[in-house]
Amino acid sequence: MTDPSLRRTALYDAHLALGARMVPFAGYEMPVQYRDGVLTEHRWTRDQAGLFDVSHMGQARLRGVAPLAAFEEVTPGDFIGLKPGKLRYSLLLNHKGGIIDDLMAGRPDEDGLYLVVNAGCKEGDFKWIANELAGQVKIERLEDHALLALQGPMAAAVLAGHIPAIADLGFMETTRLNAFGTDVIVSRSGYTGEDGFEISLPNEIAPEVWALLLSDERVRPIGLGARDSLRLEAGLPLYGHDADETISPIEAGLTFAVSKRRRDAGDFPGYSRIKRELDGDLSRIRVGLRVLEGAPAREGAEITDASGAVVGKVTSGGFSPTLSTAIAMGFVPPALSLVGTPLSVIVRGKSQPAQVVAMPFVPHRYVRKS
Amino acid sequence: MFFTKDHEWIKVDGDVATVGISAYAAEQLGDVVFVEVPDLGKVLTVGDSLAVVESVKAASDVYAPVSGEVIEANGDLAAAPETVNADPEGAGWFAKLKIADPGQIAGLMDRAAYDAFLASL
Repeated sequence: MTDPSLRRTALYDAHLALGARMVPFAGYEMPVQYRDGVLTEHRWTRDQAGLFDVSHMGQARLRGVAPLAAFEEVTPGDFIGLKPGKLRYSLLLNHKGGIIDDLMAGRPDEDGLYLVVNAGCKEGDFKWIANELAGQVKIERLEDHALLALQGPMAAAVLAGHIPAIADLGFMETTRLNAFGTDVIVSRSGYTGEDGFEISLPNEIAPEVWALLLSDERVRPIGLGARDSLRLEAGLPLYGHDADETISPIEAGLTFAVSKRRRDAGDFPGYSRIKRELDGDLSRIRVGLRVLEGAPAREGAEITDASGAVVGKVTSGGFSPTLSTAIAMGFVPPALSLVGTPLSVIVRGKSQPAQVVAMPFVPHRYVRKS
Repeated sequence: MFFTKDHEWIKVDGDVATVGISAYAAEQLGDVVFVEVPDLGKVLTVGDSLAVVESVKAASDVYAPVSGEVIEANGDLAAAPETVNADPEGAGWFAKLKIADPGQIAGLMDRAAYDAFLASL
């Protein structure tokens, strides 16, 4: 029952051979889980090292006369100040300060910027950037490249066995180097809250590198199911759920992505709205919720205050394998966003007690070098 | 044991039906992390939601294969939802119904018919 309109990554056959359950996701057939199942895969990533195929994500090179300065016209980040070897989390903003997508932009070398954007947004993102920065930049899509993520406390030891130089890389650093007989980009980053790496490499060698990494007994394949529960525990927003074109960086709790210099200059899209919100005129903000009793609160569940009034909605939620409890993210008025605030979530008509908690739900374990 | 096309099973003992989901359904759901069983005394019509099982990813309804009143619910699942994966057609049962219309059982599949149905999926 394969849908011919769905695309496949270079690792499609490898997923099938590993007993993956394939599902449609962002226009691709992707593995939601392998034989181990979501819980085991989740725990394995927290304890050992998990290998993810994230080749569906949009990779590109942004080049031009002054690509860093140009990229600042579509984001609130400091890219002029981004040094070679560094990677930055940023946001593509529309003219009203709403989030078109969240992304990673790095300088693995001196050749402009290397971008990784969400799979479901990539066509629109690259079109937006090309239009907004017409005449200033050229986008080269890396459609012939796969992207692997190796995540977990053993990731560095495993990868150093193949690429010794990664030992010098710190969290949010990126480098282009020769490995596996070819040119690859390695970044110390990820979407799990664990230490880990993302490796961009040509499709032709992806199956071979995938198999090589899996041949290490510390590494197991991890599907999109555990990817979602891991990022939820890490408090990381999922685009299209916890952030969208109507939500600003301040509302999404991503104020850190609005650089100090850019705030002072007021020179990014949607500045007037974002300035107002920074000055305290904010109607909603993303919070973490621990569901104290009852079923997991999923996306769309209403959040109520102590009086029973609806004050917001859950934007993503589920069961936390690490905490063995239900956790969620949602938007509430700032007055109800303080840690410890008692709230309720409505699941199938039943009110269940919940509490605002700090995110990440499970501490990050990034390895920083500088 | 009789099965529905939605992968519930019932085991009939006199006028009491024990309800659960098949091994196939449990495998498809993946790791069950939460189960909501019905309140005692609830009167269900065939096709009504009888229980909700939640995996890490999603919530799924379990429907009443026959009409009846809930006379017992499996309280052990609150503390051990993983029983649904470990023993779906045994200890992982959800509820017992007092069967309202025994004639409805005739519309369900026996094991051989259910196996044939699974093979056709």
